[in-house]
Amino acid sequence: MKKVYIKEDVCIGCGLCEVYCRLKHSRSKDLVKAYKKETPRPLSRLRVDESGIVSLSVRCQHCDDAPCIGACLTGALSRDPSTSLVIVDEERCIGCGTCTLACPLGIPKLDMAQKKMVKCDLCQDEEIPVCVANCPNEALLYAEVEEALT
Amino acid sequence: MVATRKIKYLIIGNSAGGIGAAEAIREVDKAGTITIVSDEPYPTYSRPLISEYLAHPYPVEKMAYRQPDFYEKNKIKTLLGEKVIQVNPDKRTVKLESGTTLAWQKLLLATGGTPIFPEMEGNQLKGVFTFNRLDDSRAIDGFLNQYRNRVRAVVIGGGLIGVSVTEALLRRGIEVTIVEMKDWILNTILDEEAAGFEVQALAQTGTNIITGHTAEKINSYLPGEVSGVTLDDGRVFPCQMAVIAIGVRPRLEVVAESGIKINRGIVVDRRMATSAPDIYACGDAAEAFDFVYGVNRLTPVWPNAYEGGRVAGLNMAGTQTEYQGGTAMNALKYFGVYIASAGLVTPPDDSYETLINRYNGIYKKVIIKKGKLAGMVFAGDIEKSGIVYNLMKDRVDVSKFKEALVADDFGLASLPESVWRDWLAGAPPEGVPVITSIEKPEELVIGD
Repeated sequence: MKKVYIKEDVCIGCGLCEVYCRLKHSRSKDLVKAYKKETPRPLSRLRVDESGIVSLSVRCQHCDDAPCIGACLTGALSRDPSTSLVIVDEERCIGCGTCTLACPLGIPKLDMAQKKMVKCDLCQDEEIPVCVANCPNEALLYAEVEEALT
Repeated sequence: MVATRKIKYLIIGNSAGGIGAAEAIREVDKAGTITIVSDEPYPTYSRPLISEYLAHPYPVEKMAYRQPDFYEKNKIKTLLGEKVIQVNPDKRTVKLESGTTLAWQKLLLATGGTPIFPEMEGNQLKGVFTFNRLDDSRAIDGFLNQYRNRVRAVVIGGGLIGVSVTEALLRRGIEVTIVEMKDWILNTILDEEAAGFEVQALAQTGTNIITGHTAEKINSYLPGEVSGVTLDDGRVFPCQMAVIAIGVRPRLEVVAESGIKINRGIVVDRRMATSAPDIYACGDAAEAFDFVYGVNRLTPVWPNAYEGGRVAGLNMAGTQTEYQGGTAMNALKYFGVYIASAGLVTPPDDSYETLINRYNGIYKKVIIKKGKLAGMVFAGDIEKSGIVYNLMKDRVDVSKFKEALVADDFGLASLPESVWRDWLAGAPPEGVPVITSIEKPEELVIGD
């Protein structure tokens, strides 16, 4: 499977990955509406963590051992056998936050309005995830996980 | 009657631990026979959802922990509504209440927990409930449906189960009084300040919280029915129903005379193996390794049950695996207030260091011993709590960046690269074409 790799040495923390992620998950697909008008507010599935000059664009890694799946109280999280992605069944998610506590990246996002967890699906309907495609500095890389790593 | 063919993997328990084990076994052994036996007549369901079920409207189908075709797809035979009454490690059998004896090669005890039910006058009255499984929720639902007028309830015990049932009852329009023996509700999983978030939310619902007292007896005016609860100080709270939620203990009846080593729960090693050969245990019934305390303890939470079950299953199927350990961990969202906690919530002595940050109605606290995290409480905002939890789980020395853990702007970037690099995808592979072509940089014009 493919993953998003980060090249933090050229990431300047501009946050465009977050902007485009939020846009992607908006209903209007309009930047201004996505940020100012839509309710419930569309949420970015990724997060940019910064400290000093280091900035990291963090998203779900669809980990092999995925602690979120085991921690999920309702069975809403599972691995899609066809894509190997960790997916959430929003029907069954109650937004309890146990996955957020279990995840080493603390990345499962809770949509307070919908009372659901939302997560990255690597933009399955796009050739390249929008965060990667719109990174102005090529600090994000969408690449096949190397054989040696799997 | 003794089944002639031995079941390769027999699992007692159909909840998180049992399912975790069955899934792990099937990853390794596609064909070996698996049988799950449970005294509950339902396909696996999410136990934490029994409060949603009680709160209404919540269809029972939505409580399913796995897809309807789960058992069939994984070739798992189920014996649901069948109670195991005895385990015989020497003969490698279990005896069912129905009279059947099952023979096994590998056995998993994922029997879970059972509510502690105190000797108390009135505890047999109609209108007295526990709140641990779907049938409890159904019983309370059926009871409430008989009433047209406003019902009052006393919940005895202000722990997770007590607060869960309170939230559900409130959503049904029931007036609730919680009686908690200790000084604050949720005291085993929250410190007093974080519990204050819940107390405030509960106060807004009109819920009455009594702390520092116990219930002495459940009163009855009409024969067989609850009329109120009397506390240890003589106060009486009139009610039509009482829920006993003072705690849960491991369900150990089936192993009582088996000779399997028991402390507070079934003692297991890091492979989740019990003292008897080929018998494993996990979940609320087991006493497994706690990475905060460094010893075996009961940590009856869902994620640990699943993970322990998974490790047990892998070992049962012949793949040597060690349980990294678990610790008490809970994420709460009662009344829309998000709280996450793990490990210790109050330092037991002054050899621990406590760091606290409060801002914008958010409360973050970590407890550190000898450079390593021993506990955490995040209230009001639990995003990124997982980073701290995993630092604790991986026993990372946090001395050099401990202040950052509770800071407003805490994130992965606050940690040394050696920590976050492993958690992220790793270093980007070499030679992968980037999205846009790399253009020759423009020449800088200096001067004119």
